Amino acid sequence: MKIVVKLFASLSDLLPADSRANSMEVVVHDDATANQIIDLLQLPRKKVHLVLQNGLFVEPQDRDLPLIKEGDAIAFWPPIAGG
Amino acid sequence: MAWTQNVLRVNLSSGETAKEALNMTWADSYLGQRGLASKYLAEEIDPAVDALSPDNKLIMVTGPLTGTMASTGGRYSVVTKSPLTGAIACSNSGGFIGAEIKMAGWDMIIFEGRADTPVYLYLENEKAELLPADDLWGKSVWEADERLHQKHQDPLIRIACVGRAAEQGNLYAGIINDLHRAAGRSGVGTVMASKNLKALVCRGTRGVGNLKDPLRFLQAVEQGKRVLAENAVTGQGLPQYGTQVLMNVINEMGALPTRNMQEVQFEGTHNISGEAMHEPRSSDGQPNLTTNAACFGCTIACGRIATLDKGHFTVENKPGYWGASGGLEYEAAWALGSDTCIDDLDALTYANFLCNEDGFDPISFGSTLAAAMELYEMGVITEQDTDGIELKFGSAQALTRTAELTARGEGFGKVLGLGSKRLCEKYGHPELSMTVKAQEFPAYDPRGIQGMGLAYATSNRGACHLRGYTVASEVLGIPEKTDPLVSEGKAELVKAFQDATAAVDSSGLCVFTTFAWTLDDIAPQIDAACEGDWSTEKLLEVGERIWNLERDFNLKAGLTGKDDTLPKRLRKDAAKSGPAKGMVSELDKMLPRYYEIRGWTPQGELTAATRQRLGL
Repeated sequence: MKIVVKLFASLSDLLPADSRANSMEVVVHDDATANQIIDLLQLPRKKVHLVLQNGLFVEPQDRDLPLIKEGDAIAFWPPIAGG
Repeated sequence: MAWTQNVLRVNLSSGETAKEALNMTWADSYLGQRGLASKYLAEEIDPAVDALSPDNKLIMVTGPLTGTMASTGGRYSVVTKSPLTGAIACSNSGGFIGAEIKMAGWDMIIFEGRADTPVYLYLENEKAELLPADDLWGKSVWEADERLHQKHQDPLIRIACVGRAAEQGNLYAGIINDLHRAAGRSGVGTVMASKNLKALVCRGTRGVGNLKDPLRFLQAVEQGKRVLAENAVTGQGLPQYGTQVLMNVINEMGALPTRNMQEVQFEGTHNISGEAMHEPRSSDGQPNLTTNAACFGCTIACGRIATLDKGHFTVENKPGYWGASGGLEYEAAWALGSDTCIDDLDALTYANFLCNEDGFDPISFGSTLAAAMELYEMGVITEQDTDGIELKFGSAQALTRTAELTARGEGFGKVLGLGSKRLCEKYGHPELSMTVKAQEFPAYDPRGIQGMGLAYATSNRGACHLRGYTVASEVLGIPEKTDPLVSEGKAELVKAFQDATAAVDSSGLCVFTTFAWTLDDIAPQIDAACEGDWSTEKLLEVGERIWNLERDFNLKAGLTGKDDTLPKRLRKDAAKSGPAKGMVSELDKMLPRYYEIRGWTPQGELTAATRQRLGL
């Protein structure tokens, strides 16, 4: 299935040069998990702090569950904060 | 014992200055900075006073750890009654002025009365002089700063100054220190200008060394710095991307206030994000971000220093803006950007430069402009009102032109300087003002982050993210993750954040340390520096006392529980997209529980038992 992967902050260095708005389309198998996508993109798991699936927080314990659907947007951030 | 125990009282009406002993009984109950100055203000003025009358007072105050080696120990606050909200105001700033005041030997400066003609205070250790500022009046902060440095021929003086916005009565004017740090919210600069006080010029050479247990303090400070360095947020995330990294996060979550909060996601988010600040511009090949920067003693260094493209339409003939200066923080970027639907990063940065140059709050300005844009698109405001400016959402020209007018208090800029509430009332649509207690919202839509709705509604200085930043928990999982779309349990969360933050704001430390530190990390530093027993439990008690003191001030000033509310748009109009689609703020569900755990009546008033418990 096709999904949209978004990489932000320092993780955005891993995006292809022609990507736009921090996102790229990725084809994954139908029961892919967030952690499998992290591995597929060769993101260091320790550096992935925040995961949002269609804007909703993915709990760390749910990152190995096949919760992703066709067309979903999965966004990853390293540790960040703001104010 | 960390406090200098010295208070400088400056009577601007008589021109006299006097040294007083700090009330150490109050220091033991309110710690310093926000808490202690709020206590002084509550004791010394009638809360019902006209904020811009000589009877209001303006207090510049440090915390016990200000000027010490503690990481981020450079904070100071300005406490007064706000002309924008009518509530108690406390605006907190970094930079270097706070440490300088402390090193000059003062915990606090209380300004009272009003000078007949413009003056500034020159403070060099014990020496305190009111000097004429007629030649500085009508000048921007940046120009006044340059003239004062030339006059005093001392590159090490530190300056806190008001700009033309404050002089012209802009109700959300701030006090700028070190050129681009700001006690920015609630119009504290407006009060300063109303007293004919242009600037504080300070030089301190005494250091801050009177600590209770110096060795234990250094050990506690070293441990605290290690925690900050090893924490991925304070050690890496904030220095690299600053607060602006939140732009994409909050947009993805559907909580980015857009189009005067009509929407919760902005299509141009990427172009104004922290990531975009790092990217080379297509025009000149340079990034907007030049470097990060640290305030006094800070080991995080989240500050943004930015440089504009010299060919950008805003500055192509203005070399004065070609140098690096204070860049966009998240709060400025959303208000100047997504709320007005403008995705021109350099235009936002230029407007932000103007906010620093002439001292006005970019949150309140951007939000007020967004309300004016909505009125313009409705046809309520026309170009006859706006000095011919086409006030369309998305217009970078409208943003930068109105920012120029607002900086000088000219034409339509004078109207924008009234703030969103008064502007919307003036044009007959008060419902379009996105404010609480007349202060404009920060960067988190409460339909998508439920706790923030309660935090805004109950904030003692009007809508504010820094009085109870539940985003840390609801978005970032600090100290633990809670669901932003759920209102249950948020009363407790908001109260916990509010009380802890009140204590941190009274210490001299920056609240951003709390992305890594808890009060358990802060208490040992305060305890080693200050006389008395400063445990985590005591800090929480002090924080709760401060919160209730501020509340009590506001009630005496005429505010009531009815002011603890949100605009109808956020309570009745559902979010149109994102995870919160279909949701409104559930403030009504949270507020009664909040009052209950605060120990207040159902009307939001302090009970006798609460007063007794907190010693109020």
